[in-house]
Amino acid sequence: MSTRLASGGRLVDQGQPINFSFNGNTLKGYAGDTLASALLANDQMLVGRSFKYHRPRGIVASGVEEPNALVNLGSGGTFEPNQRATTTELFDGLQATSQNHWPSLEFDVGAINAKLARFMPAGFYYKMFIHPRPLWKHVYEPFIRQAAGLGKAPKVRDEDTYEHFYAFCDVLVVGGGMAGLTAAKSAAASGAQVLVFEQTAHWGGRAPVDGGIVDGTPVDKVVDKLVSELSDMPNVTMRLRTMGAGVYDHGYVLGYEQLRDHAPKAQGPRHRLWRIRAGHVITATGALERPLSFAGNDIPGVMLASAVRDYVVNYGVSPGDRTVVVTNNDDAYRTALAIKHAGLSVPVILDARVPETDSPLMTAAKDAGIRVLMGHGVAKVLGGKRVTGVAVCAQAGEGAILEEIECDTVAMSGGWSPVVHLWSHCGGKLSWDNDFAMFRPDVDKAPTGQDGSGFVSAAGAANGHFGLSEVLSDAHASGGTAAKATGHAKSRRKAPKAESVDEAPMAPVWLMPQGAGVTLRGKAWLDYQNDVKVSDVQLAAQEGFESVEHAKRYTTLGMATDQGKLSNINGLAILSDALDQPIPQTGTTTFRPPYTPISMGAIGGEARGEVFQPVRRTAMYDWHEANGADWEPVGQWRRPLAYVQPGENLHDAVMRETKNVRENLGLLDASTLGKIIVKGPDAGRFLDMLYTNMMSTLKPGKCRYGLMCGENGFLIDDGVVARIDEDTFLCHTTTGGAEHIHGHMEEWLQTEWWDWKVYVANVTEQYAQIAVVGPKARAALEALGGMDVSQEELGFMEWADGSIGGFDVRVYRISFSGELSYEIAVKASEGQAFWDALMAVGAAHDVMPYGTEALHILRAEKGFIMIGDETDGTVIPQDLGLHWALSKKKEDYLGKRAHLRTHMADPTRWKLVGLETTDGSVLPDGAYAVAEGTNDNGQRNVQGRVTSTYHSPNLDKGIAMGLILNGPDRMGEVLEFPGTDGKTHSARIVSPVFYDPEGEKQNV
Amino acid sequence: MLILTCPCCGQTGEESEFHGGGEAHLKRFGPGSSDADFEGYMFMRENPKGVHFERWRHAYGCGKWFHAARCTMTLEVFGTYPAQTTEPPKELRDKISKKRPGWSWGAFS
Amino acid sequence: MKRYSAFAIAREAARYHSGWERAWRAPEPKSKYDVIIIGAGGHGLATAYHLGKNFGITNVAILEKGWLGGGNTGRNTTIIRSNYLQDPSAAIYEKSRSLYETMSQDLNYNVMFSPRGVMMLAQTQHEVRGYQRTAHANALQGVTTEFIGPKRVKELCPIIDIDGPRYPVLGALWQARGGTARHDAVAWGYARACSDMGMDVIQKCEVTAIRREGDKVVGVDTSKGPIDCAKLGIVVAGHSGDVANMAGFRLPIESVALQALVSEPIKPCMDVVVMANTVHGYMSQSDKGEMVIGGGTDGYNNYTQRGSFHHIEETVRALIETFPMISRLKMLRQWGGIVDVTGDRSPILSKTPVEGVFINCGWGTGGFKAIPGSGWAMAELMAKGRSPLTDEFSLDRFRAGKFIDESVAAGVAH
Repeated sequence: MSTRLASGGRLVDQGQPINFSFNGNTLKGYAGDTLASALLANDQMLVGRSFKYHRPRGIVASGVEEPNALVNLGSGGTFEPNQRATTTELFDGLQATSQNHWPSLEFDVGAINAKLARFMPAGFYYKMFIHPRPLWKHVYEPFIRQAAGLGKAPKVRDEDTYEHFYAFCDVLVVGGGMAGLTAAKSAAASGAQVLVFEQTAHWGGRAPVDGGIVDGTPVDKVVDKLVSELSDMPNVTMRLRTMGAGVYDHGYVLGYEQLRDHAPKAQGPRHRLWRIRAGHVITATGALERPLSFAGNDIPGVMLASAVRDYVVNYGVSPGDRTVVVTNNDDAYRTALAIKHAGLSVPVILDARVPETDSPLMTAAKDAGIRVLMGHGVAKVLGGKRVTGVAVCAQAGEGAILEEIECDTVAMSGGWSPVVHLWSHCGGKLSWDNDFAMFRPDVDKAPTGQDGSGFVSAAGAANGHFGLSEVLSDAHASGGTAAKATGHAKSRRKAPKAESVDEAPMAPVWLMPQGAGVTLRGKAWLDYQNDVKVSDVQLAAQEGFESVEHAKRYTTLGMATDQGKLSNINGLAILSDALDQPIPQTGTTTFRPPYTPISMGAIGGEARGEVFQPVRRTAMYDWHEANGADWEPVGQWRRPLAYVQPGENLHDAVMRETKNVRENLGLLDASTLGKIIVKGPDAGRFLDMLYTNMMSTLKPGKCRYGLMCGENGFLIDDGVVARIDEDTFLCHTTTGGAEHIHGHMEEWLQTEWWDWKVYVANVTEQYAQIAVVGPKARAALEALGGMDVSQEELGFMEWADGSIGGFDVRVYRISFSGELSYEIAVKASEGQAFWDALMAVGAAHDVMPYGTEALHILRAEKGFIMIGDETDGTVIPQDLGLHWALSKKKEDYLGKRAHLRTHMADPTRWKLVGLETTDGSVLPDGAYAVAEGTNDNGQRNVQGRVTSTYHSPNLDKGIAMGLILNGPDRMGEVLEFPGTDGKTHSARIVSPVFYDPEGEKQNV
Repeated sequence: MLILTCPCCGQTGEESEFHGGGEAHLKRFGPGSSDADFEGYMFMRENPKGVHFERWRHAYGCGKWFHAARCTMTLEVFGTYPAQTTEPPKELRDKISKKRPGWSWGAFS
Repeated sequence: MKRYSAFAIAREAARYHSGWERAWRAPEPKSKYDVIIIGAGGHGLATAYHLGKNFGITNVAILEKGWLGGGNTGRNTTIIRSNYLQDPSAAIYEKSRSLYETMSQDLNYNVMFSPRGVMMLAQTQHEVRGYQRTAHANALQGVTTEFIGPKRVKELCPIIDIDGPRYPVLGALWQARGGTARHDAVAWGYARACSDMGMDVIQKCEVTAIRREGDKVVGVDTSKGPIDCAKLGIVVAGHSGDVANMAGFRLPIESVALQALVSEPIKPCMDVVVMANTVHGYMSQSDKGEMVIGGGTDGYNNYTQRGSFHHIEETVRALIETFPMISRLKMLRQWGGIVDVTGDRSPILSKTPVEGVFINCGWGTGGFKAIPGSGWAMAELMAKGRSPLTDEFSLDRFRAGKFIDESVAAGVAH
């Protein structure tokens, strides 16, 4: 059983007990524990179930590579699935539950899958569940989905907050082990700005556990000294619990800082996403130990040798009383010695190698009285939910059992793989190292940055250097190189020196025993979480899934939440062997960010809820809100759709507002419409290019409606242009158009007609603009007092500056409703006061505010087009009968050439007409007019469509506009519009101008 | 995540500060041009693997349009220059030649 | 070809699966084929499959520079729908969707087509009208969709926050028979079927030149030597411009990176596919339990299969607004693919200026869903010289100004 040792544990404080719960049981741990170490201390080796076969799963690792120990953490608004126990720091009150089982961890019905494993090899689901067809959706898939997945889905809104953080540095060092600290020191000594990240809560990495002497001092003391020195340097910033998550182009790096996952009661954001631009990145990310592939290597109690050592040394936890060590390299001997040192039993070290002479570590193990069997391995592990022993065999054979040895833990080591993820994210290449049987960074093919030179270097174990002495010199050198690359003189400091320890060469062992037969291979796991075995990868190769990507996708190897940290190299070695090709020829799958999963909350950052996308508010926003506005999002703005009064519904409100404008007086907040100043000697010439009609002939004081097409010929915007003076125009745009039409103008000015003397400015937000509309508009304004707004003084399509009610105003006599209308602009800061004044004086004239829906109906009654309704990006002015706005005098304007293309000149293009249902009802929005027959693809032929449709309260019937084949020539004809409600609506083609066709009312 | 330097204001900024505007040095064809020329101007694009000339706007900075020479395979930026020109500056073309001997793009090489 | 079935698995289990044969052969190229398809992605393989199945043309080689299905087929978010607005789009995507319905049976390969339903959220009045229009169009196009209200949206997808705060859900366009499929399996199933018909799927075979005599294609040069052919199909999403250059014509195409990401797997919590265009994000849950999330494209030409992270931020932010529960999930992996975007953002399936050369490209961000329909139509075009499904997608539409614009629902806000 696993248990807490009476003493030891360099990271835990046995004087500070902590209570936590696992599956509802209250357990005890210590400050400094991880959830995994605390679970082991409570003899909780079994922590979950695997993905496919629901096999019992125990803790394998002690860090980020852990594939098994994933738990549901917390509850309610802090619930989170798939938390790795090995990297979860214990805190008081932590609640964890195990995942992927029913009804319980101990007894899981899904484990039946394990019994059927022979029927569920790699890719079995591609070969079955094919017939009968409906069963996939209704039976098989729901079953598979329920069995798959890991943690539970969160149910409620996240209680926590997150933040983003920008940082810039010369040198970013990812990894706070000896390599990282040494590289940081070396770079910082040159004066570079250095940022150092360590993903765990402790500096030093593996060194304090593995031991060693640097310049005469024990390495754990050296770590403390380095940290203290670096902390004192003003050009160094250090962060614990911060992971380098991803390296992107041009030196962009994501850092993921877990601020209070270990202290949930603390204040502030939970995670911080660092968005860093680094001049140079040093990946000092260490290496990961590989498992060995032998039968039963997934039984709880089989662990990585380094993890066993970590639990003993760092946490004072014994994973088991009797630990068999199985290895192909010297490092695992350190584990055997550490276990022995803690007073526990190591019945045997099974070493697959047959060395000629003993290395110092081998000698040390033997001296400690440990039995060492060279050339041996594990034939299979005995046990079910916990290891009970191992069957020993010769590595060279097929697995004949030589003896069985009782044990409750197996510590395995298949060698080490440098963590090359960050090196690879942005295109760094790898080379195969035969001596260590690993991929390591190819230093000549680093990821390249904006200037084409490499911007990442790896240091230490991440660079394929393993002895402490090699690590230090490599890290020292890369720190210097990084400083130099960012313009700092290399420091002349010497690299620290470590006493080197000779190790015997490792021997690649991809399968144990070497000649393992089919039954053993079917029990030798590569990917624990996804249940991929050696036999699965071999089957993939047999079936032609030869590319490493094919094998990965066919077997799901490396697709689990550890993204193959433990399984990838072993898997591709098996694949290479099956294909009889060297490993580098097989290659690796692509390393993609993030290094380990990062929270969506952190990626989203602060911009959530109310600040997700800032709402643009006009000066009168609060008034609208207080007066019943039913809001409509329009671009980033919100505009009142209508003002709903008590006792009304939205439709009632719209009808009331629409009628009131025609009969009395309406106020519209038109502030969101774009207002762009175009100024300069060439302003007229410029606008002649932008608008389809002529603007240069417009007289100061006058207004003209204009159409804008893009170079491709389609309508992009419309609005009224006012000529302010000889050199100055004010162009109104649609609400959505303000920014992009301004951008459109800038683009043409800067990139095509850059010698024209024009400048443009978007002044939309400088003004509040209010449309005062209705037969009583003039009377109301006159009551307010000020400038002369009579027809004689300010005629239709004219504008004037002046004063009304004491406000400085610019008044435009323009109308989008067909009524007498004044659009009045005031300084944005006076918008609300002016609105209040208008409402007050309007009271005597039956004033009502009206919203965008009434605006739409009013313009539709008049047959005015609306960009976005009558146009949709495929409509040209000719379609809308706006030929009058296409200047024939101008040689050129944007869209003119485009209109000459065959399809645009096609006379059968659908044209704008009015539509009126035969029974007065409202045509459904977006309905199509059907024609006879079907096209070659069996689709019903159509001859037009509805573009706008409303109930007109003023005409008391449904009115619509539409684009219809030969429409203007077919007045009076009745067309059929099938609805999606099963009914067919009949409508007659009529003029689009339903109200006041002579235009008398606006011109009074 | 590109870094670009605006040649107009001199600021070096994040890609998100800029707005990409597609291929540079397009020659405008207006009324009087052939259908083929107009189609080429509107739609046909170099889209190279390698050296590319493209337009950017410093949208959240000085607002100016400029041109960049960039490699679409490595994202290396060879240089940026103002948009008020019909061809890449010789100095920049020479610089690219040093890094990508034998390059060509449209009419330039 | 040995048929796949539960019985076959049981039989093989008894002998430890030693009897499974290769899913597709690994032949060396012959010197001449009737048809060569460049690109063994979904579209290329589907084209070859339908040349064989519909027209009996089986002397076909499919040449692949890398590994089959290794381009965008294997790196998309697997959404299948046909609720398009314009007739030509609806026709080809609905043909495609309907072929997906029976693909597992047709190919004897479980591609896990899951018609779980696709909804496109309407979060502005403008989108409401746009999707109502689409629903009307779909009804006449033979595409079954409906516009549903917010209450129904919530019933179908309880994890959606329909109340905002920024953009309340006003409704959705719902296609009940849209869904997802297992993307790799589509390529693998087609490759197996093509191989079984005697076609040669040749991987790691890069085309280096296209040989012409006058205006007519006669063959290609490859890294495995020259190969002759009478007809050539270019189906190389992400590299179309490059290969077209070899044939000697230009394309109205730009290649940009499109990104996607997945979360860690969780138990089933979402049974439909949701697309939220106002905030720009879409999400579904894979059978494995991962939330599969699609993002946007970069604004610049790019062949690196890496995108810019700020797009991931924007997408995730948008989806946290729509599905607040994902905030405490974790991003497991992000990746990018290179997509070809045309001048009107609709695909090109067309003859070309070179006789005998046909091109299929420009699917932009939506190619996966089109695979079987595109293959069907392209095969018809190559075999017969015309397909009604491809008529409107021809290369010359750009000259005529006859675009197929599907972005119309996202017009200008007034």
